Amino acid sequence: MNVLLLAEVNGGALSVDSTAKALTAAKRIGDVTILCVGNGCSDAANAAAKLDGVSKVLCAQDEAYGHDMAEPVSDLIVSLSSSYSHILAPSTSASKNILPRVAALLDVMIISEVTAVIDADTFERPIYAGNAIQTLKSVDTIKVATIRTSTFDASGEGGSASVERIDAVANPGLSEWIEDRVAASDRPELTSAGVVVSGGRGVGSEDDFKIIEALADKLGAAVGASRAAVDSGYAPNDWQVGQTGKVVAPDLYVAVGISGAIQHLAGMKDSKIIVAINKDEEAPIFQVADFGLVADLFDAVPQLTEKLG
Amino acid sequence: MMKVLVPVKRVIDYNVKVRVKADGSGVDLANVKMSMNPFDEIAIEQAIRLKEAGQADEVIAVSIGVKQNQETLRTALAMGADRAILVVATDDVHTDIEPLAVAKILKAVIDEEQPGIVLAGKQAIDNDMNATGQMLAALTGWSQATFASELSIDGDSAIVTREVDGGLQSIKVSMPTIVTVDLRLNEPRYASLPNIMKAKKKPMDEKTTADYGVDTTPRLNIEATSEPETRAAGIKVASVDELVEKLKEAGAV
Ligand SMILES: Cc1cc2nc3c(=O)[nH]c(=O)nc-3n(C[C@H](O)[C@H](O)[C@H](O)COP(=O)(O)OP(=O)(O)OC[C@H]3O[C@@H](n4cnc5c(N)ncnc54)[C@H](O)[C@@H]3O)c2cc1C
Ligand SMILES: Nc1ncnc2c1ncn2[C@@H]1O[C@H](COP(=O)(O)O)[C@@H](O)[C@H]1O
Repeated sequence: MNVLLLAEVNGGALSVDSTAKALTAAKRIGDVTILCVGNGCSDAANAAAKLDGVSKVLCAQDEAYGHDMAEPVSDLIVSLSSSYSHILAPSTSASKNILPRVAALLDVMIISEVTAVIDADTFERPIYAGNAIQTLKSVDTIKVATIRTSTFDASGEGGSASVERIDAVANPGLSEWIEDRVAASDRPELTSAGVVVSGGRGVGSEDDFKIIEALADKLGAAVGASRAAVDSGYAPNDWQVGQTGKVVAPDLYVAVGISGAIQHLAGMKDSKIIVAINKDEEAPIFQVADFGLVADLFDAVPQLTEKLG
Repeated sequence: MMKVLVPVKRVIDYNVKVRVKADGSGVDLANVKMSMNPFDEIAIEQAIRLKEAGQADEVIAVSIGVKQNQETLRTALAMGADRAILVVATDDVHTDIEPLAVAKILKAVIDEEQPGIVLAGKQAIDNDMNATGQMLAALTGWSQATFASELSIDGDSAIVTREVDGGLQSIKVSMPTIVTVDLRLNEPRYASLPNIMKAKKKPMDEKTTADYGVDTTPRLNIEATSEPETRAAGIKVASVDELVEKLKEAGAV
């Protein structure tokens, strides 16, 4: 089995954590070639070549590949597809945009958010916000799948794969990137952080979210949010954890002022330790919490931040 | 002026607690409340707004699945869609038509209807695939703009703000295009009672997959459906001090 793994590349740099986690899933299937795509991808390709167990790295560099635009990147992947039995990627907003397009161009189904590889044809994936797990056997000739990174450990380093430059294919010219509005932050990235502190509607305002951020900074944590907090403008969209946001599984997840709707639980219930702080003792979040504290967050969170000093 | 095509899926209502059948054959959908996929309500709302803004002249809702999808389409019509197309693909409510087959049927509908834009949901909350819009874009050869939180159309292109992992991204896509809508695009309206009454008289075409010559045989065979692992019950702590103590004991801080 030959697996083509689309690496996550941001601004020319390899996103090591997500790529190395998807690599773990890919190695269970067969021989892995990593594809780095970008407007300048040699740094990413060199980093990918060091990952453990990679056979080869392909590097496709072109202006059209700078921002993960689905149309040109899909055409590139399809042009390479005949050498592979599997085309995989870590499940990110970029791959969720690109791989279903690739799959349809190849007339195969996409297998989204794979959480377990049983064998080369058989996979597990959650459905209904994680309330059921499906075991699926693909009958397609090429398997195209995104890998839910929160359920795989990252492969280590120590590899020394060769890097091969490949040519760009023609850009269909259907779309153009305009701008990214990305807030710079010193905090760890949400999906790879060891600790996540999330706030919900109970936090009440964008200003009061500073209470959540202060606790996060004390713990060296990433900050997350419920949909209600994002919809209300307390937190940016990329902080949303849940069925239709990011899926996280840190060692410690602290949910503050979050009721625990199934759509939120879908994004965090595989965390190792869950702490819930909520003033309503009936809140469903307590059913998944290892440690629940019934309290007003405006008292409890600043105290907690201080006592963790 | 252009037509807007909106695919709407009938799914288990987002408030319903899903139960896996004891024999592992699937999820129990008998006698549970079904609704329009919440993302598709957002797509219908956006389509109606395009019409209200004079940028579109007809909103067509399409649903693929069982006959009961009529109800979902009536909801779309009551919100303000002009007409509906039901494509009956199965008579079993437990059969989910895969995104690839759905996209092929939608492609055939596009060939007939020639819309200027398709507004689909980002994700169906039952199968959580997040795929149909992207697959349809591949089959039509059109541009795609997924996870949209803002949309403006100007002549032969559209500017779309997308919700991505790092924040927001703006792109320009050529028309016709396939847009998949995210949660923050708009707040869908409720259908008023007079509009629900009016919707009963709006046209609804009924077709079958055979009319479009599409084979819906699954590519992914479901071997088993199981319950996720449940978490062991936790405890309530009485104070912040006790919480800190427990976290230290557990080695979490
Ligand atoms: C299609 C769809 C997709 C969705 N996707 C997601 C998703 O990805 N992620 C997600 O999170 N949600 C998602 N949702 C929304 C989800 O259903 C809930 O509405 C949402 O999670 C609720 O957010 P919340 O817990 O912050 O708000 P609420 O449910 O309003 O809960 C607020 C909580 O704060 C507590 N509280 C209030 N004040 C205080 C205080 N002073 N001190 C302590 N506690 C306090 C209250 O007791 C309450 O439990 C989705 C919904 C739909 C329909
Ligand atoms: N059976 C269907 N009938 C109509 N629209 C569908 C159907 N399945 C998927 N869609 C559309 O595709 C979107 C994404 O679904 P999915 O790719 O299954 O997550 C939905 O929000 C709908 O807009």
